[in-house]
Amino acid sequence: MTTDTPLLTAQGLAKYYGHRLGCRDVDLTLHEGEVLAIVGESGSGKSTLLGLLSTELAPTAGRVAYRMRDGETRDLASLSEAERRLLLRTDWGFVRQHAEQGLRMAVSAGGNVGERLMAVGWRHYGDIRSEATDWLSRVEIAAERIDDDPRTFSGGMRQRLQIARNLVTRPRLVFMDEPTSGLDVSVQARLLDLIRQLVEEFGLAVVIVTHDLAVARLLSHRIMVMKSGRVIEQGLTDQVLDDPREPYTQLLVSSVLAA
Amino acid sequence: MPNTAQALPAAQESCAGSRLGAPAAPSLVRDTQDLLLSVENLAKSFTLHLRDGLTLPVVSGVTFDVVAGECVALGGPSGAGKSSILKMVYGNYRIDAGSVRIADGEAFAEVAGAEPRQMLALRRTRVGYVSQFLRVIPRVSTLDVVAAPLRAEGVDEETAKARAGALLARLNLPERLWSLPPATFSGGEQQRVNVARGFIGSQPLLLLDEPTASLDAANRQVVIDLIREKKAAGAGLLGIFHDAETREAVADRVVDVTRFEA
Repeated sequence: MTTDTPLLTAQGLAKYYGHRLGCRDVDLTLHEGEVLAIVGESGSGKSTLLGLLSTELAPTAGRVAYRMRDGETRDLASLSEAERRLLLRTDWGFVRQHAEQGLRMAVSAGGNVGERLMAVGWRHYGDIRSEATDWLSRVEIAAERIDDDPRTFSGGMRQRLQIARNLVTRPRLVFMDEPTSGLDVSVQARLLDLIRQLVEEFGLAVVIVTHDLAVARLLSHRIMVMKSGRVIEQGLTDQVLDDPREPYTQLLVSSVLAA
Repeated sequence: MPNTAQALPAAQESCAGSRLGAPAAPSLVRDTQDLLLSVENLAKSFTLHLRDGLTLPVVSGVTFDVVAGECVALGGPSGAGKSSILKMVYGNYRIDAGSVRIADGEAFAEVAGAEPRQMLALRRTRVGYVSQFLRVIPRVSTLDVVAAPLRAEGVDEETAKARAGALLARLNLPERLWSLPPATFSGGEQQRVNVARGFIGSQPLLLLDEPTASLDAANRQVVIDLIREKKAAGAGLLGIFHDAETREAVADRVVDVTRFEA
């Protein structure tokens, strides 16, 4: 099941927006089932890095490679547009901070989940509907809301629907961009717990961008700390948080208010 | 034989043969079958960048071993670096210099500089840790908190939960609490959850950071029994015990950490 070949590899990744630095000199490997948190302040380059890894942005330099379901590791820049889109719809997920960017707001909840199934070849309406219902219940959305569209959902429900939509195709790698930001604390806790359970149950590899160190501690195995476009410190999550070495990491850790 | 061995070199003292009085001259060559942990010349200091780069030396030259079937206590006053040593062995604190080797099958795994996923694999199967404080995960029940290390070893859910329940019962945690997350529990209750979570796994090396600190006498005795059972089963334990009674009851020898003052 798991192999020693990494799922995702990045080498020498850099992105410049004109003269402005997005990020540079980023190397990373991610194995199946590993959860990597990228932390740092706004403007540190973490969202740029997520965009590069997920092929939403084209790198100025460097490469990203991914081990496909057939076992072959491919340079993502070499994929055809059709291959790239298939990858994004099946073996990858992307959970966005703003659910309206990750969902189709005018399509029913069931349709949002079913759409991904249809992309991987499901055709039977009854099967799609029952799988969608099953996934709504996994993310704690009542079955009777299946025909409602997400505009009628609360923020927390929308995020949970986004998760169902992304996980229904059993992806191996999920990118998450601040998935709990902007939610009430109690809603956040519920969502985090759900993510934690699903990650464990499906052995998902996750790259999660967050500015919240508590989220990183709860979900991730490893942390990368970014500042001014570069990775300044990385390692085992509890080690980086309990024994931070870099001045900036020490500042981040010491700035967290204990509840 | 508690507290008698401080002056002896660790390697001699814990040699299984010399305990039985069999070899005439104690050998420094250890039967590596029994060696579970080897710490050599370990050093640690903290640099506080938010305090103008102030450096706080913690320990240096820390050297000792733990073999199967023994409980080694780290001794010394607060601030001597006992917890820091435990945390370095567990990979929770970085190692500035020296070596921490943990028995991993036929070989030894080096903790200093280990990749995160190597360290996590070691924690899953080779080294467990009972901390003083429970880090509570919202919404996860006590029974699941305790069963988690067994689940990570691949034990099925039913068996893991049954064993978690048995341990919690031994530690006198009322069954009505098992389905609740331990967030609202008292300090003593949380510590018993922590102890159960630490002792449930089958890692051959167990690190204990004051496992009895906020327990009453009855529960302290349960922890003492659990430690003795681990030893009898061939595990090695390395612990910090502020409570002298517990230390006397479980420790085979004390490694005096003040020797390693940086």
